[in-house]
Amino acid sequence: VSPIGPLLLSTFLFCTGIYGVMARRNSVLVLMSVELMLNAVNINLVAFQGLLFPTDVDATGHVFALFVITVAAAEVGVGLAIVLNMFRNRASVNVDDVDLMRW
Amino acid sequence: VTTPDVIFAVVGLFTAACAVLTVTSRNLVHAALFLAATLAGIGAEFLVLRADFVAWVQIVVYVGAIAVLFLFGLMLTRAPIGREALDSQNKGLGLAVSVALFIVLTWLMLTSSLADEVAFESAPGIVTIGLAVFSTWVFPFEAVGMLLLGALIGTVLLSRREDGESGTPQMPTHIESSDTPPAELERREGPARELETTAGGDA
Repeated sequence: VSPIGPLLLSTFLFCTGIYGVMARRNSVLVLMSVELMLNAVNINLVAFQGLLFPTDVDATGHVFALFVITVAAAEVGVGLAIVLNMFRNRASVNVDDVDLMRW
Repeated sequence: VTTPDVIFAVVGLFTAACAVLTVTSRNLVHAALFLAATLAGIGAEFLVLRADFVAWVQIVVYVGAIAVLFLFGLMLTRAPIGREALDSQNKGLGLAVSVALFIVLTWLMLTSSLADEVAFESAPGIVTIGLAVFSTWVFPFEAVGMLLLGALIGTVLLSRREDGESGTPQMPTHIESSDTPPAELERREGPARELETTAGGDA
């Protein structure tokens, strides 16, 4: 597999995630976009594993992809808990409504 | 161009289309399902890249757990399904930033030496990954375990009801603000009052 395909796909997914974070207002959807961006990073890690370690004695890329998956899972759990709390206190999941800590 | 390249391109187009539909679809439940399709597509790409173990972890963790978690999040927040017509005014800005970033990064990639780099046929197996995790990366592994524990406790703490331990409801925290949307107590009292009036009308 040529490395340019995975890199293009990963760039596209990352930019899609940026668009979702910036343009959508529902905070659950913002979390979903963050997941897209994290997955884009994973594709890069797996692709560069094959590019940098041609022999199969080193698995650094795959191990880091697994770590990113774990951290993303933790992030989704805490993020959705915060969104639920926000919904209870403000009856809204709109990110524009949560400006209490804005200067 | 080899057969894996073609397979990668086809699955990649499917994945990219699902990602675009995730961030653009009006119906949030559809968005969550498109996200699940995107994540499954990424898992398939991992298989094409010969990262078997990562692919199955991706399927199990993302498609199995996180997509369901998102669906529950949408259900519990009673997301305004179909009513999200008023997108934020940042739409144009978001589109501009993401398209500009994509163009810049793609240009950098295509002009770099990566474009004519070729491929790799071997990939580490599960034995190599296991040895790496438990020897070279054992400290990060333990740290990630502690992180998951912290996330678990934090999630339980954040999302539990604020009722007292004896079951007597306590006042939820109200946030004073000029144009506050109705807080939880008001929402909870709404249906209860209606029930009372209907009961009174019957009697």
